[in-house]
Amino acid sequence: MKKILLFCFLLLLLKIADAQETFPVNGAWDVRPGQYAFINGTIVVSADQTISGGTLLIKDRVIEAVGKGLAVPKGYTTVDLKGKFIYPGLVDAYTTYGMPELPRQAFGFGGFGGVRTLVPVSTKQGAYGWNESIKPEMNAKTIFHADAKNEDLKKNGFSTVQSLIHDGIARGTSVVVSLGDERDNLVMLKDQAAAHYSFSKGTAATNYPSSLMGSIALLRQTYYDAQWYKTQKEEYNISLDEFNRTQSLPQIFEVSDPQSILRADKIAKEFGHQYIYKTDGEEYQRIAAVKATGSSFIVPVNFPAPYDVEDPLDARSITYEQLKNWELAPTNPGVLEKAGVKFAITSYGLTNARDFWTNIRAAITYGLSEKQALNALTTAPAEMLGVADKVGTLTKGKMASFLITSDSLFKADNVIYENWIAGRPYVVSKLGITDLRGNYLLSGDGFANTTLKIGGTPGEYDVNIERSGPDSTRVKGTITRAGDQLSIYFDYKKSPAGIIRLAGYISSVSPLTFKGDAILPDGSQGRWTATFSSAASGSRFPPRDAPKSNLAVGPVVYPFVAFGNATLPKAETVLLKNGTVWTNEKEGILQNADVLIENGKIKAVGKNLASAGAKVIDATGKHISAGIVDEHSHIAATGGINEGTQSVTSEVRIADVLDAEDINLYRQLAGGVTTSHILHGSANAIGGQTQLIKHRWGLLPEEIKLAGSDGFIKFALGENVKGSNNGPLAPGSALRFPQTRMGVEQVYIDAFTRAKEYKAARAVKGSTTRKDLELDALVEILDNKRFITCHSYVQSEINMLMHVSDSMGFHINTFTHILEGYKVADKMKARNIAGSTFSDWWAYKSEVAEAIPYNGKLMHEVGLVTGFNSDDAEMARRLNQEAGKAVTYGHMSEEDALKLVTLNPAKMLHVDNRIGSLKAGKDADVVLWSADPLSVYAVAEKTFVDGVLYWDIDQDAGKRKALAADEARIVQKMLEAKNKGAATQRPNAVRRRLYECESVEEDNFVVADDYTDMERARQAAHEAKNNNGR
Amino acid sequence: MKRTILSLGGLLLGITVAYAQANISPAKPQSKPVVITGATIHVGNGQVINNGYITFDKGKITGVGQGTAPDITGYDVINATGKQVYPGFIAPVTTLGLVEVEEGARGTVDDTETGDLNPHVRSLVAYNTDSKVIPTVRSNGILLAQPTPEGGIISGESSVVQLDAWNWEDAAYKKDMAIHLNWPTAVAGGRRRAPVAVPGVVQETPAQRAQKAVDNITSLFEQAKAYADIAKPEVTNIRFEAMKGLFNGTKKLFIIADGAKEIVQAVSFSKRFGILAVIVGGKESYLVTDVLKENNVPVILRETQTLPDKDEDDVYLPYKLPKMLQDAGVLYGLTGTGFWRQRNLPFEAGQAVGYGLTKEQALSMITMNNAKIMGIDKTTGTLETGKDANLFISAGDALDMISIDVETAFIQGRNINLDNLHKQLYKKFSDKYGFKL
Repeated sequence: MKKILLFCFLLLLLKIADAQETFPVNGAWDVRPGQYAFINGTIVVSADQTISGGTLLIKDRVIEAVGKGLAVPKGYTTVDLKGKFIYPGLVDAYTTYGMPELPRQAFGFGGFGGVRTLVPVSTKQGAYGWNESIKPEMNAKTIFHADAKNEDLKKNGFSTVQSLIHDGIARGTSVVVSLGDERDNLVMLKDQAAAHYSFSKGTAATNYPSSLMGSIALLRQTYYDAQWYKTQKEEYNISLDEFNRTQSLPQIFEVSDPQSILRADKIAKEFGHQYIYKTDGEEYQRIAAVKATGSSFIVPVNFPAPYDVEDPLDARSITYEQLKNWELAPTNPGVLEKAGVKFAITSYGLTNARDFWTNIRAAITYGLSEKQALNALTTAPAEMLGVADKVGTLTKGKMASFLITSDSLFKADNVIYENWIAGRPYVVSKLGITDLRGNYLLSGDGFANTTLKIGGTPGEYDVNIERSGPDSTRVKGTITRAGDQLSIYFDYKKSPAGIIRLAGYISSVSPLTFKGDAILPDGSQGRWTATFSSAASGSRFPPRDAPKSNLAVGPVVYPFVAFGNATLPKAETVLLKNGTVWTNEKEGILQNADVLIENGKIKAVGKNLASAGAKVIDATGKHISAGIVDEHSHIAATGGINEGTQSVTSEVRIADVLDAEDINLYRQLAGGVTTSHILHGSANAIGGQTQLIKHRWGLLPEEIKLAGSDGFIKFALGENVKGSNNGPLAPGSALRFPQTRMGVEQVYIDAFTRAKEYKAARAVKGSTTRKDLELDALVEILDNKRFITCHSYVQSEINMLMHVSDSMGFHINTFTHILEGYKVADKMKARNIAGSTFSDWWAYKSEVAEAIPYNGKLMHEVGLVTGFNSDDAEMARRLNQEAGKAVTYGHMSEEDALKLVTLNPAKMLHVDNRIGSLKAGKDADVVLWSADPLSVYAVAEKTFVDGVLYWDIDQDAGKRKALAADEARIVQKMLEAKNKGAATQRPNAVRRRLYECESVEEDNFVVADDYTDMERARQAAHEAKNNNGR
Repeated sequence: MKRTILSLGGLLLGITVAYAQANISPAKPQSKPVVITGATIHVGNGQVINNGYITFDKGKITGVGQGTAPDITGYDVINATGKQVYPGFIAPVTTLGLVEVEEGARGTVDDTETGDLNPHVRSLVAYNTDSKVIPTVRSNGILLAQPTPEGGIISGESSVVQLDAWNWEDAAYKKDMAIHLNWPTAVAGGRRRAPVAVPGVVQETPAQRAQKAVDNITSLFEQAKAYADIAKPEVTNIRFEAMKGLFNGTKKLFIIADGAKEIVQAVSFSKRFGILAVIVGGKESYLVTDVLKENNVPVILRETQTLPDKDEDDVYLPYKLPKMLQDAGVLYGLTGTGFWRQRNLPFEAGQAVGYGLTKEQALSMITMNNAKIMGIDKTTGTLETGKDANLFISAGDALDMISIDVETAFIQGRNINLDNLHKQLYKKFSDKYGFKL
């Protein structure tokens, strides 16, 4: 044993010289055979094969032989590993090891319109693409430099990693390297391992994209551009060339939550790819959908620390989602395994590398098998990265990368002694010397009732000194060890204050005992003895053999937020009896009438209906109406509602960024809303494509879409488009065109002129005209396949757009907001344009100076299809009352008033054949109101969407109770975890952003990879805004 | 002489044609006694008088009762059979008259002074009686308001105005009655992760930052209080001069605080200095009702028609909040948002009715309770003899948008013009399209 110790010591001192052919050597060549035989150990060849008492022979960098009873040839240094284990070296499939730090980008934060410093195209010199965030030309191999000082990965047992440039949407290629402390030329396993992607533009200075939907549109367009590039001869473009070249590599996409996985997977399927996903480790929240992608995953184990919950008022700021995720995150690897999803585990994202093994063990405690854990750390990543022939198992011919451990790798008290990387050892903790961890009774002069606690790992011990009794205290100490000698020092702070130094040695191994001299702060000396009393403790997770009840976790709810359902409600057969039924049909308002719902549709409306087996709901004294339809909403979308960086962004799609977990979907059900039209914001003249959704609470983004409905697109006029309420510009910066209503007209003229020419060019047989998603959307408008809803305020601009549409040959479906619609209603009527307005908003900016609450009444009277919309998550949940205001302002009949928020918006959205009224055959989107639905006193008691009872005021009361109980249960669990010594974090709720037309997101989307940077940027932007006044 | 004014609303609409916004003049002082008969009278204190009458003269209410008024010889008689009479609604803590166009027209915005400590800044002098917004608000029964400065830590002081005046001097109903303090908040919010520790830099937690701000405010008040005891200070400090009223009970301290912790801090702070405090906002006041009740600190809730702060909150929490305070015995009032939206104040009150409050309690919230909290309940807030005749007649329930129809309104007995820009534009374009109103 001594021999080995000495040898290891020598190895550390005298690094084996690298035998590298092309490099000159100073002095004599020092090439050593590097032949070792590891005998008598338990060799875990792979998750499927273990050899006990086996022999591992290595020569230089390579495994020569593995097996039982192998003869050790001459010239081999023999290492006896009796009682020890050998494992394949671990592979981390996602790191930035050896990559230079990213430059920090200055932010063009601020103003509405998305542009403070105008950077329309790439600032990068050379024949690259137009957008800096698409950089497939970046190759990690050209900037990689081995980082010997980075010990975290090695200490955790990794010998091979993928390293990537963590910046941009298309991030170029990665490398696979070994972690050896050698010349860069010698550690490279694969110089082009994979092509990497994300939704985050990173440090790119180009303004576009400023939103998630912009990122997605850009990526989609890049795929088309790359295809086109192959067919064209005019342009040389390194970025597109490299993009094409790297398509044959594994494609790895960094995403976050399950919805983000589904977003990326939609692109993958669109272009016939299969991405590998690096996630945030929340797949358990939507495991079925995750599984259905058919993809492989790279998942982190950076499970959240418990929150400080002692103060119940502070604890209120922790979201239910955060509480649940704290409890359930450790189940994620196990859930993936159970679902049969292929995955690798990465240490990426851990704030403290020392949590890695604690968390792996936690994952095992919560359902991950040891076998799968080993696979996820060896063969699975090796296969994903195409290096399975080199690493991942201990078989002949593979690299001599392996671990020597004291025990099974996954046991709580296992010690990693040595991490051999390509035939070179890295010593984590010295082999064969005593593990000091444990609790000791400290006695001697001046020490009474004192416990010495040594924890941590044999490589890095933690020491605490606890004194009980009248002067009870607990302080942290420092320990250093050299062989059998050790010294400890600490400071009680009082009685006595000052540093106490202990110098000693291991005097007995069983029980482990230390003895030595103590020097007190006053200089007096004494003797001390520490005798082992119990094993060290202090994991945040219960040990594996803990009773099952401790491992119980709450259910996953859908969606994974407050008021989610553990099981989704189903469509029922329901008979609403004896209510006042607002049919919105020629029958008008029926008294004492019934509505029968069956198979998600309205089966019948009338008097004295009956249906065997229907659940009967007594509606006596109550009102029944069709579900409310909001023509203008910005809920349930994420990553920014405006891509305002260009004046025309018809390529971006709300459909790409739906957030089906927005609590406002539920809150609005509680206001009778069943359908919402989710619009792009109004930062630019031609905004993005919109999406019509139903409030199907708990379903996936794709499932809440109102399938088969016509596509719409948002246009905008006026102050927002001009950017007139933006903050000041960066000095010397140009302005985004247009800045006047004059310019707005020309944006449309230009865009549709281009679209027409584009359409003609594409129609030519054999055309090589580049597919342009922006113009495709405009061509759809010209072809009457996509429909415009245009944000508008004053009569001049409304008139202008009508004239543009006349001259360019397109139809305007709806003017939304249209606060001066009453001034041009006759002109709108002549062109069959609908008006969707606010009931009574005005005075919030210059262009609404003549907005009047009689607008709806006047437009309706002129004969326009008229509606009231919200543009506001709060107002949306009482649109019924907004409709009621038409009764007071202008005395509209109540029957017509309710249509403003039901049938009329359904008409505008071309879905009045399916929703908007109570008629047999239509979707069963039905609301039961406590009173006249237009009255301030009306409460939505039940809301059905497609016959499914998604809102029920009584069930909601039950849900609130259950929510409070579940929160309390998890909080108790957190308190226990904290009492057991787990590190905690401060409550830091992330609240969902509420969007309205004017919301611009670019300042907090820019560096979404790095939330700290993002936060700094956001704060800077916020401060700048405050300083600029209102 | 007895004259019956029938359908005064219709009459006013007739006059409208000739008027434009600039010509909506403040009403002349009450020259003759008026009696309103046959009405459902909502007193404002919970009491409802069916088939009631109300008389007022020289701007003051002279009688309220059921049936026929005793002696009304020489009175102008308004037959309000089947109609509702309400005390004028009161909009506390609003930027009405201080802001004309919220965004993109800075010249019309006078609600936020620069600097953190502005107890000396007075909203009254910036109150613009010629705002086009005020008549639209008045048309929904809001007859009194408290134009209030915003921003900084101490935003300034406010006055109560009546909404029918030639200038701010006429408008003043109670001058410089409150100072407005934004209580520091410890809510972190918005952070995905705690900031990265920078070696050598001690990160201040939001709670520590807030505590520091509270300490600063406490120190300021200590000094202001000491200053108030000096008969003749060597150097006059106009900030401290303005704050004197807080320590002798002539001014109230309106403290904006939403979180439970902040509310508790604010209450004990005001107790320490013997200040008459009002909590404004009070989103989490329902969690600390015992503290509010014990210390007699009232709350002005800011709008019911708002979203809960937290995903985990009851989706209807803001709607239910008034009822929770009602049940807990805390004095509470209500304001709307901003300035133009104050015309929805009655609906903000009505909103709470579907969630537990009675209609009369909802009414009290924006009449009697607001008046009590603002310290103007001796002269207004209810329809009781001796108080100012601040009242209006609505054809229907004024807390509900489908029935509110303010036909006639009186401020201090003056029959005010209920025309506004919106009615005028409605008329103008109805004419254009040939619609009959």
